Amino acid sequence: MSFDLWVLLVERGWGFALLRGATVTLAVGLLGMLAGVIVAVPLALLRWRRLPIFSQAVDGYSILVRGVPGLLVIYLLFFGSIEWVQRLATAFGYQNSADSAYPFVIGVVAIAAISCAYSIEVFRGALDAVPVGLLEAAKSLALPTHVTFFRVTLPIALRLALGGLNNVWQMTIKDTSLVSVVGMQELMRSAAIAAGITRSPLLFYCAAAGMFFALTAISQTLFSHTERLFNRGFSRG
Amino acid sequence: MELDLVTYAVPFLLVGAKTTLLISVFGVALGLPFGIALAVIRTSRNRILSRSADIYCAVFRGTPMLVQIFVIYYGLGQLSAIRSNPVIWWIVGDSLHAAILAVVLNTGAYTAEIFRTALLSLPRGLVEASQACGMSVWATFRHVKFPLAVRQALPAYSSEVAIIVKESSLASTITVLEITGYAKRLMSETFAIMDIFIITSAFYLMMNVISLISLKLIERKLSFDK
Repeated sequence: MSFDLWVLLVERGWGFALLRGATVTLAVGLLGMLAGVIVAVPLALLRWRRLPIFSQAVDGYSILVRGVPGLLVIYLLFFGSIEWVQRLATAFGYQNSADSAYPFVIGVVAIAAISCAYSIEVFRGALDAVPVGLLEAAKSLALPTHVTFFRVTLPIALRLALGGLNNVWQMTIKDTSLVSVVGMQELMRSAAIAAGITRSPLLFYCAAAGMFFALTAISQTLFSHTERLFNRGFSRG
Repeated sequence: MELDLVTYAVPFLLVGAKTTLLISVFGVALGLPFGIALAVIRTSRNRILSRSADIYCAVFRGTPMLVQIFVIYYGLGQLSAIRSNPVIWWIVGDSLHAAILAVVLNTGAYTAEIFRTALLSLPRGLVEASQACGMSVWATFRHVKFPLAVRQALPAYSSEVAIIVKESSLASTITVLEITGYAKRLMSETFAIMDIFIITSAFYLMMNVISLISLKLIERKLSFDK
């Protein structure tokens, strides 16, 4: 059995295929999360300031995406865009590169769209949790609006948002597995291919589970460190 | 959006909704007691038991549900010991049963986390008081800890129910045709991607609203200050 394992994972190279898949998973997760957060911050600000129309639009987006399964969002983005992307790529003569890069790009966009909706809620909650007294203090010092925002509101809100962002990231890295259903070669897809060819699904799906677990466990440790760093000088609880 | 499309798509999605509902109801009915049991084990004094329950929760919370469902449906079928056992094969061999099992195992881990925090947040004094009254461990749990923990955990559990409804969509990856499965089929059949997405979203949002409202009602019914 252990001999078989060695042959399958190392000599036939499936272990490396899985590792390559794990790197793609990590890349999609990181890029998706980053893009999601970057978009979420201004949207959360719109929501926080209660700008009419914008605020409702942001709410609608967030409720919709958080209320439907990630799989459905991925199907929408993937099937909904495949035609015009193909047409665009053919028109400009990038047929081949479009075929290979397309699942990755759409995967990142889909993951970003999902993580963005959750991040909005995190940032909104954090902005709402900034103590009013501090803002009033800033006002009484006659600090200009942008100084108040960048020097008072934002640093405090970011610290408060950290725990929630950790949750979003844990969810995002797990959600990347969903992109495999539309053919992106990440960890899950690599495992499925290996399972199909070698006819040992148990081994490869368990290996994929192990790698996902390693990814979430490592990022959890990193986040705990960061949180401790951010919370220096604050009493616990 | 044409009316034709709606009248064509809705009957399919209604059939799918039945399956989604079935998986979700089993997910709550089996996952809730399972999760509570796990939470109790995790907070128990027995080191070995509580450690293994901790590990179980960490594994199921740390890996994607898609992997879990694949390990259960495709992976376990590989073992001859499981194939030859009729009871286990009845669960694992059928895609709908496997999906329900995956949802139950997955939500159990998250539910355990919710109830563990609730159990840990109980005031120590209450538990000590019940012990001082000579209540047995079971009586303390049944009459003191559990009623308080349920009320504490309910708000968080209501979002877990919404998550169960969403996670049940993964059953479509192992050929169970529930709402998302039908939505995918309708999308590739009609090419009206956006329209199908909107109709399907309405189904999910409706289910979420219904489950959130009913849990709110339970919450209010259980609340001490009326």
